[in-house]
Amino acid sequence: MSYEVDKDGFYGDFGGAFVPELLYPNVKELEDNYIQILESDEFQDEYKSLLKDYVGRPSPLYLAKRLSAKYGGTIYLKREDLNHTGAHKVNNTVGQILLAQKLGKKRIIAETGAGQHGVATATVCALMDLECIVYMGEVDIERQAPNVARMKMLGAEVRPAKSGSKTLKDATNEAIRDWINNPDDTYYLIGSVVGPHPYPDLVARLQAVISEEMKKQLKEKTGNENPDKIIACVGGGSNAAGAFYHYMDNDDVELIAVEAAGLGVDTDKTAATTTLGTAGIIHGSKTLLMQDEYGQITEPHSISAGLDYPGIGPMHAHLFKTGRGTFLNATDREALMAAQELTLLEGIIPALESSHALAALKKIEIKENDTIVINLSGRGDKDLETYRKYLKY
Amino acid sequence: MNKLQELFKNKKEDILSIYFTAGYPELNTSGDIIKNLEKSGVDFIEVGMPFSDPMADGPTIQETSEVALKNGMNLDVYFNELKAITGEVDIPLIAMGYVNQMIRFGTDKFLTLCKESGISGLILPDLPLNVYEKDFRAKFEEYNMVNVFLITPQTSEDRIKEIDEASNAFIYMVSSASTTGSKSNIADSQLEYFQRMKDMELNNPLVIGFGISNNDTYTKACKYASGAIIGSAFVKAIKNGVTEKVVSDFINMVKG
Repeated sequence: MSYEVDKDGFYGDFGGAFVPELLYPNVKELEDNYIQILESDEFQDEYKSLLKDYVGRPSPLYLAKRLSAKYGGTIYLKREDLNHTGAHKVNNTVGQILLAQKLGKKRIIAETGAGQHGVATATVCALMDLECIVYMGEVDIERQAPNVARMKMLGAEVRPAKSGSKTLKDATNEAIRDWINNPDDTYYLIGSVVGPHPYPDLVARLQAVISEEMKKQLKEKTGNENPDKIIACVGGGSNAAGAFYHYMDNDDVELIAVEAAGLGVDTDKTAATTTLGTAGIIHGSKTLLMQDEYGQITEPHSISAGLDYPGIGPMHAHLFKTGRGTFLNATDREALMAAQELTLLEGIIPALESSHALAALKKIEIKENDTIVINLSGRGDKDLETYRKYLKY
Repeated sequence: MNKLQELFKNKKEDILSIYFTAGYPELNTSGDIIKNLEKSGVDFIEVGMPFSDPMADGPTIQETSEVALKNGMNLDVYFNELKAITGEVDIPLIAMGYVNQMIRFGTDKFLTLCKESGISGLILPDLPLNVYEKDFRAKFEEYNMVNVFLITPQTSEDRIKEIDEASNAFIYMVSSASTTGSKSNIADSQLEYFQRMKDMELNNPLVIGFGISNNDTYTKACKYASGAIIGSAFVKAIKNGVTEKVVSDFINMVKG
């Protein structure tokens, strides 16, 4: 069984590039060039140097002793929250901005949910002196105000997406429309392993540094590069893709993806795609998504703007369908409790997205000698308002 | 040969097509819109299937889709509205929407109902050529359903030839790099592109759409192509209700 993308851009039944002819040349240009550029020495040198000195990689693999004592096993946190800009998103934007430069693009567009990808994009655009336009749902602009301010301070223009549910899905539609209207000079910097081929593969490759480091760090700390379980949250699924990437062919490692259940999978306020979704096409990719019987895409709900997405990346749909990945979900409330718990036990305030991964500790069986890595994808600064509101500070 | 193919066999110029979104401005208006358009001399009609995430559409069509969905439009209602008038309409109808709608509804069920509803062609902008060839062509042909492809100023000559090869009624020529309804005039640079396409002497006739809104743009388009398609400008015109007069005034304005 292969978990890699095939030559047509599919992961098993999922993936492909279902784009209007208007976008065909743009997507084709990227498809024809990305591997060659990514694998070139010049790109690798620049990318690695920026990850080290600008992003602050490698991110630590931290042994969470008190968390381990509570749940059993040996629990490590992969500290993506310590990256510059506060989340794993920057691994991808650093790579894609170099790619955009090499393709000669002058204008960068992006979509964002929680604002982390928007901030990470605005950051690299400031660094490279490129024009930056970020599409963000009106609802998200409201609930992620600090990140909106950061993007603006970084020189980006934040354009509200006012259609549909006014969240990540709609911001993505707007970004795609912008790309249709500006095909020549514009690079669409997608933030997750979603969208038409080659984006899911491109973003997974750029996030793969997470599991590449994990292997080395685990080897140093435990003598074994393989953990028993890796846990990561999944909205579109980029941090999970990065955390799973180098372990996908290794069946000894259980890959646990945690989706946002919102108010619960038995309600209509949820974003648990693999539980409730069916096969279909969203944002140019065939994957699992939440939709009604007529193919209308359902408006999702999660307290976490970064997981508030009605689909998942095609790679994850494939991991789900083949049984290679274990898919769990956590409710808004469970995520909030997990955030509070990690903060008190380890002195780390996690992002709401990452808190969904932490919440899975209560849902899995842990043996005493298990080694578990939780991908702590981001820090909680941006979520303080939500924490204040729900945890009453 | 189906109705759409017949139309293009018999008529080579000044073909006028109108797009509207089913369920907008209200449910149960598709029949009246279609009959009035036919009476006004329109050659074929695209009946939009409103979609939650219409990525190739600009704000005007997006808004009509949102309203139509809120009104309760769905594919069952859509086909029922069309079936109610099958005996009264002669001109070809095209169903226009997004590929997810067809797949989720069930491709066979969808094509069966299209046929029963008098639809002879499909425009699914996000159905790419390679997927069509591999997964859908045989099925569409089984139902005698024409698939219409789009080309744009960015489409390469080689690709246009491939699309011409795969087309069997007409090619939808997008007038500029844009979503629907973004532009309301035609610039000189577009005329160069129109000329270039005309000079390619393709097997299939070209019909120009996106940015056609009035007599001026319609006339310009017809100089270079077999006809033109109007969408956003028409749905704006029926915003406050569909009457015979509203429809015929609009068509008369376009035809000049």
